[in-house]
Amino acid sequence: MTMGPENWHYAPAPESRDIANLKANYQMFVDGKFVDGAGEPLKTVNPATEEVLAEVSTASAADVDNAVKVARRAHDKVWGRMPGSERAKYLFRIARLVQERSRELAVLESLDNGKPIKESRDVDVPTAAAHFFYHAGWADKLGYAGFGPSPRSLGVAGQVIPWNFPLLMAAWKIAPALACGNTVVLKPAETTPLTALVLGEICQQAELPPGVVNILPGAGDVGSELVNHAGVDKVAFTGSTEVGKLIQRSLAGSGKKLTLELGGKAANIVFDDAPLDQAVEGIVNGIFFNQGHVCCAGSRLLVQESVAEELLEKLRQRVSTLRLGDPLDKNTDVGAINSKAQLDRIRELTESGDAEGADRWTSPCPVPDKGFFFAPTVFSGVQQSMRIAREEIFGPVLSVLTFRTPEEAVAKANNTPYGLSAGIWTEKGSRILWAAQRMRAGVVWSNTFNRFDPTAPFGGYQESGFGREGGRAGLEAYLDV
Amino acid sequence: MTELSEVTRDDASLRRFLHGLPGVDQVGVEQRAAGLATRSIKKASKLWAIDTAISMVDLTTLEGADTPGKVRTLAAKARRPDAEYPEVPHVGAVCVYPDLVETAVTALVGSGVGVASVATAFPSGRSNRQVKIADTEMAVAAGASEIDMVIDRGAFLSGRYGQVYEEIVAVKAACGDAHLKVILETGELSTYDNVRRASWLALLAGGDFIKTSTGKVSPAATLPVTHVMLQAVRDWRDRTGQLRGVKPAGGIRNTKDAIRYLVAVHEVAGPEWLTPSLFRFGASSLLNDLLMQRRTQLEGHYSGPDYVTVD
Repeated sequence: MTMGPENWHYAPAPESRDIANLKANYQMFVDGKFVDGAGEPLKTVNPATEEVLAEVSTASAADVDNAVKVARRAHDKVWGRMPGSERAKYLFRIARLVQERSRELAVLESLDNGKPIKESRDVDVPTAAAHFFYHAGWADKLGYAGFGPSPRSLGVAGQVIPWNFPLLMAAWKIAPALACGNTVVLKPAETTPLTALVLGEICQQAELPPGVVNILPGAGDVGSELVNHAGVDKVAFTGSTEVGKLIQRSLAGSGKKLTLELGGKAANIVFDDAPLDQAVEGIVNGIFFNQGHVCCAGSRLLVQESVAEELLEKLRQRVSTLRLGDPLDKNTDVGAINSKAQLDRIRELTESGDAEGADRWTSPCPVPDKGFFFAPTVFSGVQQSMRIAREEIFGPVLSVLTFRTPEEAVAKANNTPYGLSAGIWTEKGSRILWAAQRMRAGVVWSNTFNRFDPTAPFGGYQESGFGREGGRAGLEAYLDV
Repeated sequence: MTELSEVTRDDASLRRFLHGLPGVDQVGVEQRAAGLATRSIKKASKLWAIDTAISMVDLTTLEGADTPGKVRTLAAKARRPDAEYPEVPHVGAVCVYPDLVETAVTALVGSGVGVASVATAFPSGRSNRQVKIADTEMAVAAGASEIDMVIDRGAFLSGRYGQVYEEIVAVKAACGDAHLKVILETGELSTYDNVRRASWLALLAGGDFIKTSTGKVSPAATLPVTHVMLQAVRDWRDRTGQLRGVKPAGGIRNTKDAIRYLVAVHEVAGPEWLTPSLFRFGASSLLNDLLMQRRTQLEGHYSGPDYVTVD
């Protein structure tokens, strides 16, 4: 095809998949070694092509029991007794190894998860390293964190993480637990176990004492065994509100400490005096980053009626430029939906939007024939009562609502059972503070969205969960206070 | 929405309009520019981008030491940038001071390369209006097909928007058929809000192009500033249907940077701006890097600066 101004297409610029060092088989990581589990092996799939990437061994109930005992022994004999300054050295080493192996981890993450390489390369992997660096710094300073002169570790942490940020969530869970002197049994998500297992390799490389970190792949049954195991002192779960409720119910009265980071239906509020072009960028980043598979995604756009039309026009122009396709292509902005099941859920919810009378607009971008893809979609004319305004879609689908006054914006933003995050767009500083004080959400961004930093506590209100991760506040969940 | 003819009625209306434009969030626009700069342009897309960038270069010499000889050398390079590859397109224009326009015009007869002249007491713009108009008229009379004027930044920064507007209108009138590029000197305007306001002011006054910088002030062109200006011409098109151009100038020295600018043109303004009639680079050393990278694409290896002519 000859190129001209009207069709300057970008030639494919794929990152080489060889960098991922993909193996045919992956094993569980227990007591410092890779071993086969007694569970039924699972096959993990590349969601962009539907091909099987690798077979992964999974844990049985007996494997869970063994891993918890191993972690207990490592805590009581080694890790829990080790001075913080020594624990810090291991965490720094892990952080540096994550950086050294960053390309491998990024490509593997994009293969297994479907997210664009530019995100795994520029966000997931560097932020994962940052969490280890940050918490390494805390390990010998816990006495100054505001929880008493020498706060003690809890013991064994059972951690269950989701598929949307597989490596980052593992880092997010493991780093604070280790910094505080706990040992860990972690279950990665069924559809995305690979990078967590490479993190196991990194623990080996860092010569982390055996049993401090154990990684057990498997489905929900393994997670259930783990969180209900009597030898676990602390449970940390990130995932759906539905499963979070089940865990909370089954843990009631057990004495285990629990933190839950669950779903969300965040409002991104755009006032009429907002910097509109950057608000458009923030909206796009809020809902199309990671295909909208973000618990704190800005999935509800609340825009002041007086600028709604202008903003929507700009938004459609901008969304039309998003490049959907091969996650390994460096120019891809929106990758693949992680699984068929998730794609079906997105389709079902968007159909409810049509049925309830919202106006659907879909980006004209080409969609690959193979793989799980969903074109960026914007629903306008959405009302509070519609399912697409109330339920978490967890996909690249934005619901646009309007408001007339700041009070109405706040009321609508807070009118949700969730409360994980919110965005406020205005050039007026006093209005940012006014609105932020009234948001019932764990994180409030102003004139930006989806910015993550290990120093900033992250967590929710209401059905978005409880407990904080990151920052000084995040240490509390892993200390006996 | 206010009629655009209304907003230029008097100083107060102009001020109301310019200050009513949406603000620009510095962190946001810089983040977007940095994000878009990670696009990876390879193979045929790269070759097309290089040829397009060559055709968009305003090959510039604006030194006190300029002579007719220097200008003739530059003109030869502009006509035929790479002697060994005659299919390389000629550059957009040669840009010189007014007194050298005649030399440039003579040297470029029949080539299709434009002759641009800076004018209006370039680069500071600190003179009275008669001098600026005379400067422009002289350049046009000598055959310049494009005039690169500077705005009165002093007047702009002290809020005398009407004065800046009128001056651009007057220079535009003096241009006759020549195209007018309005240099905002964004390095002196300092904020993105000011860049957006100055862009609209120049568009309202009839500028055919808005241009970042003289090249004499640092910082000169940057990607985020160019983003704001591309948004302005896009919004102008959405509002009026007219296409106006953008010219970043100063500091764009290599192919990688030039391609980043073209990606911004493509994705911020739109593909219709990917033509020399709507986008130019004000540069001198950029051309040779484009030529070297072009050869690298075709020959499969890098040959080095001695294989292209110095000017």
